Amino acid sequence: MGKLYELRLYVAGRTSKSIVALENLKKICEEHLKGKYSIEVIDLLEKPQLAEGDQILAIPTLVKKVPEPVRKIIGDLSNVEKVLVGLDIRPRITD
Amino acid sequence: MAKTKKQPEVPAIGAISKTLTGISGLDEITLGGLPAGRPTLICGEAGSGKTLFSIEFIVKGALDYNEPGIFMAFEEKAEELKTNVASLGFDLDKLEREKKIRIDYVHIDRAEIEETGEYDLEGLFIRLGYAIDSIGAKRVVLDTIENLFSGLKNEGILRAEIRRLFQFLKSKGVTAVITGERGENSLTRQGLEEYVSDCVILLDHRIINQISTRRLRIVKYRGSVHGTNEYPFLIDDEGISVLPVTSLELNKDVSSQSISSGVPALDKMLGNAGFYKGSSILTSGTAGTGKTSIAASFANATCLRKERCLFFAFEESPKQIIRNMRSIGMDLQKHVDKGNLEFYASRPTLFGLEMHLVAIHKAIRKFKPDVVILDPITNLITIGSVSEVKTMLVRLIDFLQTEQITVMFTALTLNNIVNEQTDEGVSSLVDAWLLIRDIENNGERNRGLYIMKSRGMKHSNQIREFIITDKGLDLVDVFLTEEGVLTGSAREARLLLEQTGEIIHEQAISRKDRELSRKRKVLESKIDSLRSEYESAEEELNKVYVEEALKKQIMGDTLSKITDLRRGTLSMQEKSTSKKGKK
Repeated sequence: MGKLYELRLYVAGRTSKSIVALENLKKICEEHLKGKYSIEVIDLLEKPQLAEGDQILAIPTLVKKVPEPVRKIIGDLSNVEKVLVGLDIRPRITD
Repeated sequence: MAKTKKQPEVPAIGAISKTLTGISGLDEITLGGLPAGRPTLICGEAGSGKTLFSIEFIVKGALDYNEPGIFMAFEEKAEELKTNVASLGFDLDKLEREKKIRIDYVHIDRAEIEETGEYDLEGLFIRLGYAIDSIGAKRVVLDTIENLFSGLKNEGILRAEIRRLFQFLKSKGVTAVITGERGENSLTRQGLEEYVSDCVILLDHRIINQISTRRLRIVKYRGSVHGTNEYPFLIDDEGISVLPVTSLELNKDVSSQSISSGVPALDKMLGNAGFYKGSSILTSGTAGTGKTSIAASFANATCLRKERCLFFAFEESPKQIIRNMRSIGMDLQKHVDKGNLEFYASRPTLFGLEMHLVAIHKAIRKFKPDVVILDPITNLITIGSVSEVKTMLVRLIDFLQTEQITVMFTALTLNNIVNEQTDEGVSSLVDAWLLIRDIENNGERNRGLYIMKSRGMKHSNQIREFIITDKGLDLVDVFLTEEGVLTGSAREARLLLEQTGEIIHEQAISRKDRELSRKRKVLESKIDSLRSEYESAEEELNKVYVEEALKKQIMGDTLSKITDLRRGTLSMQEKSTSKKGKK
């Protein structure tokens, strides 16, 4: 498992949802991806021009750029299982 | 929301302000455009023209009204969109470079999105807000926002956010157009009409009898008067044109100037002048009576006056008409080359009536003719009912009269009831009605033309025989005899008969003349002989007188001789007396 996870968390100001999402993300990463992840927090209020590039609609959105495929997880990341599935750490269960 | 940039927007009090769309016809129906600074919902089925409508709104805004616009596409990629509208002559790339428009493609793929927990659509707001601010947009299109529903699962959040989005757009003061797919029992699948309460426009694409017609209706327009009808619209290489049903008020300007029909004899029947400018003329008749010839002759006359004529041919191709008219001495090609005459030929079944009307409108607006000819209107009935055709013509005539364009329709009369209705239906609308009838007599068919009506004109009430020669059209007086109206060869025969009669009559007169002179000669010779007779009688008489005189003289001489001899003897006197008695 030498893969490095490049994660971007898009937020819009320090809203409660954003804070919760960042806390949840950090927790999950420490637990499952210790030592092989980087988190970049982008505040769209400061850099609105970045919203288009990653096709951001919802806030907060977590974008996994690397490794491929690109995945997006929206919401406050409160459901750990879903986040792990979204990050391709857990296999996807087809419903 | 509270954290996005807000622009102070003073809401209009009283009459709402409107933004011109620049879409031909739509601004007339909405009496000034869409509500300014508010969202408008355009809904319709797939393929009804929603995207085109909204892109034209943006492009016209940028080009004609100096209002930059954002096109946020949820469906088509920016490149696809650009290719699609390039055929309409919209160069989106150029406009984008000039910062007049901005196309933002919002991609939502459910497969790569995982939802967990609470979220909102602030990202979209920021994006939109950023785009608006970056070019100072006044117009925004969201096409179609319903796609969000297929990309995101949490409908509760979506609905709340869409409601907030509209508030956001209003606060930004942009005139927005939101498109929505039509639902089963509602205007849009996701009930977007609940959120947009200011203006809702419904687009419709119907197929009736395999002919498609696009229609537009303003479902609601809060705070404004608007047309409530269904308006046909056309999508062609110049974008969208909506046909406003012009106000059917009868307050148009009229002209008392008259223009020639192209047939001098017909002008003579029409009060010696022709048709009024800006009037509508119906030429009806059975098949093969020369309706197109009359129409073409009118067109020809128009072009000869150096005016412009637009000829809508629904039956024959322009080339056919030109060839056929050449055979009766009219060179229409010349006018076409000069640009005074333009043909617009289309099969009636090409599209629906309404679309025809829109197309006719457009062609007229473009060509700006003085005279318009529709040949024949009856062919339109194949694609619509009689009442529909009538409605269409009312609208067309109305439009043409406002524009002061003279129009001539030709109509085919068949001997069935439906078409007679058409005649009557249309006839009440037109100002002048020429009727060409077949007159069948003595085993031949001739054409009789008469003027059924001609408003405001002292026109002839007589039937004229309508003849088509290789030099053009003419009308000749028919013969009214005890046997009825004579036309064609019967008329010729009658004419011949009268001519013969005249010759015979002339001959009779000259014979009488000759007889008279002969009689005179006879009498004169008689007079001569009488005179010579008289002369001889006179001579005779003269002879007697002379003899008498001689006798007298001689007797006198003798008497004096005797007197000399006798010297008074009696016997000598007796001798002379007896001699006298003997004589």
